[in-house]
Amino acid sequence: MIAPASLLWFARHETRLAWRDIMTMLQGGRSRRGAWAAFAVVIISILLHLIAYVVVAPNIQILEHPDKATLVVTTGSAFLAWTLMLSQAIESVTRSFYARADLDLILSSPAPTSHLFIVRISAIAVTTTAMAIVLIGPFIDVAAMLGGAKFLWAYALLVAMGSSATAFGAAATVLLFWVAGPKRTRLLAQIFAAIIGAGFVIGIQAAAILSYGSLSRIQLFRSPKWIAAAPDLDSPIWWPALAATGDRGALLPVLGVALALLIMATLSTAKALAHNANTVASLSRRAVAKQNLPADFRRRSTAQALRRKEWMLLIRDPWLLSQSLMQLLYLLPPALLLWRNFSSESGHLILVPIIVMAAGQLAGGLAWLTISGEDAPDLIATAPVKAATILRAKIEAVMIAVALAIIPFAIGMAWASPLASVAMIIGAGFAAGAAVAVQFFFRAQARRSYFRRRHTSSRIATFAEAFTSISIAGAAALAAAGFWLALVPTTIAALIVLGARAAAPRTVHS
Amino acid sequence: MDALTTRDLTKCFDRPAVNALNLTLHGGEIYALLGPNGAGKTTSLRMIVGLLRPDFGSISIFGIDALKAPVEAKRITAWLSDEPMIYDKLTPIEYLEFVASLWQVAPRTAQANADALIEWLGLRPHAQERCESFSKGMRQKVALAGALVHDPRLIILDEPLTGLDAGSARQVKDVLLQRARGGCTVLMTTHILEVAERLAERIGIIAQGRLIAEGSLDELRTRARGLCDDSSASLEDVFLELVAEGVEA
Repeated sequence: MIAPASLLWFARHETRLAWRDIMTMLQGGRSRRGAWAAFAVVIISILLHLIAYVVVAPNIQILEHPDKATLVVTTGSAFLAWTLMLSQAIESVTRSFYARADLDLILSSPAPTSHLFIVRISAIAVTTTAMAIVLIGPFIDVAAMLGGAKFLWAYALLVAMGSSATAFGAAATVLLFWVAGPKRTRLLAQIFAAIIGAGFVIGIQAAAILSYGSLSRIQLFRSPKWIAAAPDLDSPIWWPALAATGDRGALLPVLGVALALLIMATLSTAKALAHNANTVASLSRRAVAKQNLPADFRRRSTAQALRRKEWMLLIRDPWLLSQSLMQLLYLLPPALLLWRNFSSESGHLILVPIIVMAAGQLAGGLAWLTISGEDAPDLIATAPVKAATILRAKIEAVMIAVALAIIPFAIGMAWASPLASVAMIIGAGFAAGAAVAVQFFFRAQARRSYFRRRHTSSRIATFAEAFTSISIAGAAALAAAGFWLALVPTTIAALIVLGARAAAPRTVHS
Repeated sequence: MDALTTRDLTKCFDRPAVNALNLTLHGGEIYALLGPNGAGKTTSLRMIVGLLRPDFGSISIFGIDALKAPVEAKRITAWLSDEPMIYDKLTPIEYLEFVASLWQVAPRTAQANADALIEWLGLRPHAQERCESFSKGMRQKVALAGALVHDPRLIILDEPLTGLDAGSARQVKDVLLQRARGGCTVLMTTHILEVAERLAERIGIIAQGRLIAEGSLDELRTRARGLCDDSSASLEDVFLELVAEGVEA
């Protein structure tokens, strides 16, 4: 019998909720989809292992006996992965005391709230590690298959990375709360998380471009300058990299330190997080924001009114705007590459798929906001406007915003390679259109503040959106290079969109 | 011409939610639809305003077939749900301007209507503030102003007074009465029987998806078995008796 409100009791409660969330996410709300979800997981897992094989197989000899160059590359890559885990942990910790859900109930009960936060921080460590295992696990499996079971110790390194990232994430969030106060912490934490998550990757890419004219981070890590500046092989700095290659002697201290950090951070921040959650709950309503613009009653078509409304709502929400524009941050390295390789034909070809993918991702996010994130669905549905007109206006709002982001690149590219520019424009249009279509098929009413969690509502939609963008990006790159083979990924993208339509839940007439 | 007529309106989910509902509302009347939780009130209203498609039956709004010509029917109808859905990042004036554009109200009329509604509902001091900082009562008033800014001929409200303080509730009731006096028809649901008793000229009682009684309060008193001799019976007594009768039947 587990004592109520004890650590184990909270752990059981949280596990049950998390398990049900996972099942809903996989099944998309239909229990019959369980078998299909399992089948999809197997197929994706096989694909990830095939990709891992292509990457790991040629390098297995080096990984078995790593030299300094290999350790630099492994350490750099592991650090990049760790920054992403840290970013995810900061977001999760912040959400844990701003998302009210069941917090009001628990905070108003006599149960010790620090217990809840100990369990929630531990859960964040588990989920952060699990995400890393999903993405990096196939590489470890392939290395173990080709180089021996010792590589399986790399899973323990992932546990260490997840634990330490969560420890730093919890500490950073508490510190931010202390410095910035409850009103600003949420936005600041999200910006901070984004800078850590994206900034480091982008910074390394920018350095690689400026030094070598390439987007490849590996090329930068392999540079003689970096290798010469790196510490000697007996330095503890290489322990995580050695642990990744199956060195148990290096792994044990890394894992020990990481777990100790997690335990310390959990015990020392749980009370502070509980206190912060209470402070957030007692915050007065949002500060009054005034608009001193005069009323602007003028004749507008319904489409104009709808587009204007969508843009106003986006521009006035700094959080949503930053989340949407975050995807444009990834366009900075390609922009730098375009500027640096202005006269090189191959440089442009690299840019085409990147920009097409960015267009698809941006359009997907904006389409979710306009279609599923409609805050007054009843108002729109009861307006004397045809549903098709409403949908068209919303799609136009998305496509115009995407076009504004893409046009500067198209103009820059047209100057050097008109064919690549045309391929990019058409590809970006198709990728954006496909992403909008997927969001339309899987539309489900949700609050706009759930923007970051929109992917959890349907994994099918997430994968469909990502794979259509990838396929169309590939098609655009092939078309820019003048290959008719571009028709193959285009057909695949069309089939994915059709498949998404068939798999989408039936919507109730409204 | 009747303002609203439904004939055999039926909707089933797992079980029948609304079963052959026949309603007739006359121009300029306030009609309250009462019923226990899950009786089918909201489903009925959502079908009438075009948010749900009925499985069977017909809806006519001022002679317009709302199922065949929904856009025309919506042009003269307003809907206000129990949970005010407005845009947090817009000010009340901007919200009204957006709604007026959706209904294609002439700019001058829209501005005059918006100004009048902002004044009547006591929103003037907050007209330039974004709605995100508003209380539920203020949000409800903004949503009501949005429902009225296009001068609808039929207003349909689902629990319009839930969560409002006494002052706000009075303002909303006054606005509805004033609209009805001007010829507008109001169909509303409410759990606050006192509101139905004071505002509505006719009351319909719905239970298990069926309209079990309809009429003025006096007519309902007469119909309620066991209470017919008690002329002082409150609407609450009458309601509970009729619902019990309806469920038994």
